[in-house]
Amino acid sequence: MVKRQTTLVQERTTLSDKKIRVLVAKPGLDGHDRGAKVVARALRDAGMEVIYTGLRQTPEMIAEAALQEDVDVVGLSILSGAHMALAPRILDLLKANGQMNVKVFIGGIVPDEDIPRLMEMGITGVYGPGASTEDIVKDIKNAVK
Amino acid sequence: MISLEESVLQGDRLALARLLTRVENDTAEGRAALDALFPQTGQAHLIGVTGAPGTGKSSLVNQLALQFRKSNKRVAIVAVDPSSPFTGGAVLGDRVRMKDLSGDNGVFIRSMASRGSIGGLAQATANVVQVFDAAGYDIIMIETVGAGQSEVDIAKLAHTTLVVEAPGLGDDIQAIKAGILEIADIIVVNKADHPGAENTEKALKSMLELAHPTQRIFAHHGKYLSAALPIETKNNIWLTPIQQTIATDGKGIDELAQQIARHGEYLHLSGDWAVRERARLESELEAALQSALMNQFRERLSEDQFNKVINRVFERSLSPSEAVNVLMNARLK
Repeated sequence: MVKRQTTLVQERTTLSDKKIRVLVAKPGLDGHDRGAKVVARALRDAGMEVIYTGLRQTPEMIAEAALQEDVDVVGLSILSGAHMALAPRILDLLKANGQMNVKVFIGGIVPDEDIPRLMEMGITGVYGPGASTEDIVKDIKNAVK
Repeated sequence: MISLEESVLQGDRLALARLLTRVENDTAEGRAALDALFPQTGQAHLIGVTGAPGTGKSSLVNQLALQFRKSNKRVAIVAVDPSSPFTGGAVLGDRVRMKDLSGDNGVFIRSMASRGSIGGLAQATANVVQVFDAAGYDIIMIETVGAGQSEVDIAKLAHTTLVVEAPGLGDDIQAIKAGILEIADIIVVNKADHPGAENTEKALKSMLELAHPTQRIFAHHGKYLSAALPIETKNNIWLTPIQQTIATDGKGIDELAQQIARHGEYLHLSGDWAVRERARLESELEAALQSALMNQFRERLSEDQFNKVINRVFERSLSPSEAVNVLMNARLK
């Protein structure tokens, strides 16, 4: 009886402890990670746990980190224009690893005409210059609900 | 359906990652899996890596993992970074220094936020380590948050504790002498190519000499006598070595790995391994018992009773220690 109650108490605290885990990664060769850092910081301030992996990640490295860290969300910063090549590769690898529930967001320089195709592939959101971090936070919270 | 812990034992990496999350969040499922896996634990060599922020802990862990992989040991890394005390969020950046390890299935890196814990580790770190241990990792490296003086929890958890120093942290090396250096089994002076490395090592050495029971020779009636410790304990003394390294290019890493292996052997030979294991399990059990008792007590005490007592303390009609007596003897609901 007592044991059951104890478990209930622990269960209650657990619910509030469940953190959204986000991998922020920069695939490709461009060396500008200011935006990724700004987003990482904003997500931190929104109470998320952000795993930051830094520059020049291959899709394989990103999928591996997403697996090991059991993240809910992957945020990709792509400024090089290679998004149409990188995004499907990363989505495929995540799927191959059994992580089809992971939501993938892209931030960076993406021409408007590419956005519908990216969404079709399974990207959850795309953000360009001037996007507000509040929107990003809100969208992530909605996506992992 | 096959359970999560069975999949973990079969080497399923996704199952391992998911179980780690459940254990970190302390869910009922996570606790049940820990119970089931517990008999499989106690095999791995747990290596703690601690030191001030920016001394190069993550880079060092990266290099050590590469070194251990040469002898085909499976390596798990648990890297702890601090949570914000205000929002509870965290940026976990240790992986940035560990890119060399990606693409190797013999390595598993997991980042953890400290989630309000203040001893340099997270509350669930010990349990996460247990899962890796059961999953068959030979070496588990635990990197603490950038530690100052009193973040010494790692010494309770690890078999071998490395304290990482770097030159240029100032002459106030005195300040850190009392706390964190005491837990070092091996001291690493990283960034040994930076100016001042020799001085840092010298200062650390002189501190160690003060602390260690070194063998001294005394002249007595013209004869030299050994005033060392009794013979049976002689082999049981571990003299903390200082190893210089340059983690960015791997210098000194081979030697450091050898020191770690030597410390592991020493622990087994001296019987210290068992002593440490026992002490660790004891302190883990104590902590678990403490929180269980507290929960049980809280559950059986009505909020009303509790508030009444607090009010009396607030009015100064009851001292805190009297209040404890009242609460302990209160009729539980």
